[in-house]
Amino acid sequence: MNNFTYTKAQSTEEAVAGLAKNSQAELLAGGTNLIDLMKYNLQHAEHLIDINHVQGCQTIEENSAGGIRLGALVTNADTAYHPLIGQRYPLLSKAILAGASAQIRNMATNGGNLLQRTRCYYFYDAHAPCNKREPGTGCSALEGYNRIMAILGTSPQCIAVFPSDMCVALAALEAVVRVKGPAGERVINFEDFHRLPADTPHLDNSLQAGEMITGIDLPEEGFEQNYSYLKLRDRNSYSFALVSVATGLKLSGDRIDLARIALGGVAHKPWRVKEAEEFLKGKTASPENFTKAADLILEGAVGFTHNAFKIELAKRAIVRNGIMALNPSETQRPGAQPSL
Amino acid sequence: METINQKQQGKALSRLEGALKVTGAAQYAGEYSAPDLLYGHVVNSTIPKGKIQKIYTEEILKLPGIIEIFTHENRPSLAWFNFQYSDMDAPPGSPFRPLHDAEIKYYGQPVALVVAESFEEARFAASVLKIDYEKEAFTTNFTNQLDDARAPKRGFATLLKPLPPKPKGDFDKAFDESPVQVSADDYYHGTEHHNPMEMHATTTMFEGEGKLTIYDKTQGTVNSQLYVANVFGLSFKDVRVIAPYVGGAFGSGLQPQYQLFMSVMAALELKRSVRVTLTRAQMYTFGHRPPTLQQIKVAAEMDGKITALHHKATAETSRFEDYTEVVVNWGNILYPVENTKLDYELVPVDVYSPLDMRAPGGSTGLHPLECALDELAYELKMDPLDLRLKNYAEQDDSENRPFSSKELKECYLQGAEKFGWYNRSPQPRSMRRGNRLVGYGMATGIWESMTLPAKAEATLTKEGKFRVRSAVTDIGTGTLTVMTQIAADALGVGLDEVEFEYGDSKMPFAPIQGGSYTVSTVGSAVVAACQALRKRLLKIAQKANGSLFETASESKVSLTNGHLSLSEKPDVAVSFQELLTVSGKRMIKASKTNIPNPLTLKKYTRAAHSAAFVEVEVDEELGVINVTRALTAVAAGTIVNPKTARSQIVGGMVWGISKALREETITDHRLGRYMNPNLAEYHIPVHADIHDLDVIFVEEKDDIVNPLGSKGLGEIGIVALPPAIANAVFHATGKRIHQLPIHFDMLL
Ligand SMILES: Cc1cc2nc3c(=O)[nH]c(=O)nc-3n(C[C@H](O)[C@H](O)[C@H](O)COP(=O)(O)OP(=O)(O)OC[C@H]3O[C@@H](n4cnc5c(N)ncnc54)[C@H](O)[C@@H]3O)c2cc1C
Ligand code: SF4
Repeated sequence: MNNFTYTKAQSTEEAVAGLAKNSQAELLAGGTNLIDLMKYNLQHAEHLIDINHVQGCQTIEENSAGGIRLGALVTNADTAYHPLIGQRYPLLSKAILAGASAQIRNMATNGGNLLQRTRCYYFYDAHAPCNKREPGTGCSALEGYNRIMAILGTSPQCIAVFPSDMCVALAALEAVVRVKGPAGERVINFEDFHRLPADTPHLDNSLQAGEMITGIDLPEEGFEQNYSYLKLRDRNSYSFALVSVATGLKLSGDRIDLARIALGGVAHKPWRVKEAEEFLKGKTASPENFTKAADLILEGAVGFTHNAFKIELAKRAIVRNGIMALNPSETQRPGAQPSL
Repeated sequence: METINQKQQGKALSRLEGALKVTGAAQYAGEYSAPDLLYGHVVNSTIPKGKIQKIYTEEILKLPGIIEIFTHENRPSLAWFNFQYSDMDAPPGSPFRPLHDAEIKYYGQPVALVVAESFEEARFAASVLKIDYEKEAFTTNFTNQLDDARAPKRGFATLLKPLPPKPKGDFDKAFDESPVQVSADDYYHGTEHHNPMEMHATTTMFEGEGKLTIYDKTQGTVNSQLYVANVFGLSFKDVRVIAPYVGGAFGSGLQPQYQLFMSVMAALELKRSVRVTLTRAQMYTFGHRPPTLQQIKVAAEMDGKITALHHKATAETSRFEDYTEVVVNWGNILYPVENTKLDYELVPVDVYSPLDMRAPGGSTGLHPLECALDELAYELKMDPLDLRLKNYAEQDDSENRPFSSKELKECYLQGAEKFGWYNRSPQPRSMRRGNRLVGYGMATGIWESMTLPAKAEATLTKEGKFRVRSAVTDIGTGTLTVMTQIAADALGVGLDEVEFEYGDSKMPFAPIQGGSYTVSTVGSAVVAACQALRKRLLKIAQKANGSLFETASESKVSLTNGHLSLSEKPDVAVSFQELLTVSGKRMIKASKTNIPNPLTLKKYTRAAHSAAFVEVEVDEELGVINVTRALTAVAAGTIVNPKTARSQIVGGMVWGISKALREETITDHRLGRYMNPNLAEYHIPVHADIHDLDVIFVEEKDDIVNPLGSKGLGEIGIVALPPAIANAVFHATGKRIHQLPIHFDMLL
């Protein structure tokens, strides 16, 4: 870890001004990712601007569009356990609580969660070639140990996965990210927030230099009746998803009026395929129809040496999660097995 | 053999130091401080093999707070001979010497120590120290080098870890001629690392006048003392090693690790106290469980009688030492077989030497053995437990000698009963709950019970209390608690009257703490010392008051209420104070070395046994595996403390689940390095992975192992779990997975 200077910002203006002043400055929120990266000598911030006390990003409130605004600095734990979220967006609660550990969720913030870096082993090893860490050095994962890597939207430059659980639910909910920068405020639709690696894998998302996330808007529709989050991984808690699925359904009887399905653990961003969601519209919520949707979602998936299993696993997970979404009171309680 | 009255033993006591540990009051090796303490941070090589060309220390030495950078170029001159670097657990070969020369033998090899006034300064400087290397071709994947496999060298370590016995009968013929055969050559587990909670750390206090007090994370204070004295040419009495608390070690503290070397070297050179704490990632730069490939062939008659057994293990080792473990010897101890062929070979590659880890050898070897028996049972259409009973060994067939005691049959029967084993329908995929397949599996466990020589000292203090001492560590197993119980019984006093002191090389000798032999080894020495003290006290009583105690013998006196008295006539008593006065000393001491009689012990195979029963649920479509229930029935002689004993076995079972389903070190053989050196990606079980665990201790009387009749507990909790789980997964799914850990996607 290198030496750095540290200041505290009280307002979003102060934070944004701080970023503008020093291109080597980083915002410090919960620090659960940033500090780790600094300790591993993967990130060398010269200056940290602590935004934990910034006003205006600390609450969860109803917004003017009938939805809810999540402050960027509200912790993952406070968000997951907030009564409004529990009632209206239980899919989001469930996804957050499937991530990390209680201790980390107590520190991690909503803004930080969107910006966490990949967990690719080679990215974390300062001495291994990695295009994301050091553009142009090559991708060690391509022919290395790639069990945890992506199967969709990869490029020969990078096959890393974006590891967040929360963001998989936010993608399914079609959240909107609010940011503030030197040029003022703007909003970014969730599907445009994270990006695919293509030829610039060092860029994880579309946030511009000098911009800060101030909040996340959740639209009115929360799928509180029929939802499910399913996370498949190498241990039952405190490990990242190999495949995860967030499903939200609006039903009339057993007919689907509206379906949202997002996948985690399979791509450089939460993965959604609108054709699959369109396909489900008007269909019965049956394993057969979910299977067809799953085939559409996984179209074009390519496995590598150690992760080809993810293709079949993701399909089965989509089907299972669709069925689980029909009965959330049983399948989504804490400790419930995926197979309930 | 004398038996002692057992009052404290058998009590389910909580750990005496438990509150200190959970409140953070217990101090560990990396938490001791000195007014002028310096901090060392180790720099590790970033290539797996080659030579250091240049280390750019000049610029770094100018950074704030930096005191010195030690490398192979400026280290002090040290001991010359291999044996001087050999600690009590060193495998045959040339022990690794930190900062010896420019040669890089493995990825992560320590190549420099940066010493600074603060930890942060040292860490930063270490991160920017530039080093040029000349790279050489390397190989870390032993499975690509199987042509290099060869027999291990013999040495001191192979005395405690015997190589396989010679072939018996005619395996090939017997196998071919038997009607039922099972054979596989793909049993495999990769590298694993110990990952104790506490990281390796050493704080060396520079006391002046050539004396050092060293707080070290170790499983053997005397072992560290020996190493430091030999390597740095110091006299034993000037080196004191203390390991007050140890936050787990699992074998990683059996040998001195390089933080000890670094801390002592810097302290001696700089004449100041120095602390070196390793990071989690650096824990992956010394010993590990060696990846091992195994073959097994078992054949039987139609009635289930096993006729032939071939078990072969090929394991990784380093290029500089032949690390061995006992992998293939167990089959013929557990089952009588007339035709056996047991082989064990090593393949050297460019890694650090492996190191004993959590039931070394046993957990490796029992996996194919107990899975093959399960396969054999299916071939025979026989219940797997019935097959074991059919082949129950009344004596150790491999050595042709009796067991000192063996209640394994009771483990099988009581375990099966409590678990409900016979409710199982044998057909794979025949039991389910909802869309989860349910499987039951079982396996046998065995772990050798060793007793080594050790010394202890017992003292009557001037306050009239008793103090018992041994250099032994307590690596979190409950040693302090059970030794206090054993001492109290041996003295015939209450728990409050005795204090057990430990973890200090100044105290009487104890060997490194491992192999589940501590209760047996140190416990026996404690008993001997306490009895010696009782004798001495009686002698003094006789001197003080000859006529009254003239005919008394050691076993006929009591030490109660501050008096030594005749057990039958409590009125005949002399106070401890009077004994002290008569002795003319401030306290009365007795010490005794317990040397187990090798001639008696050699006549018997001494081992703890277990039977593990496991229920798994496997999601039929998603493959997700949960060990929903597990029960281990253990026969290990006298149970000194049922509570710490149960904790040992439960902990062992958790590690068994870990080995079967979770932990693995991922190696990228192109880069020659480990890819997941942290607790986020090295998956050890979390609470959500652990469900219902049950332990039964079966009664077992053993007059031979040691005066306590206790076999020690630790690894016996682990060894049977991985095969039992693999067998349960087969029963649930119909799939035989021969690799560990079993990943759920293998079942898709
Ligand atoms: C061991 C471990 C396991 C984990 N497991 C999971 C898991 O299973 N699932 C999961 O989803 N996550 C997991 N996480 C990741 C965790 O959720 C993230 O680390 C956390 O959400 C990051 O939030 P933070 O506030 O701590 O961010 P920080 O570490 O403070 O910041 C992360 C990055 O975001 C930037 N940043 C922070 N806030 C803002 C803002 N408002 N505007 C602009 N930039 C900002 C920082 O500058 C930094 O670059 C795990 C983390 C760890 C360490
Ligand atoms: S997958 Fe991406 S992050 Fe991983 S090594 Fe390749 S470029 Fe780096």
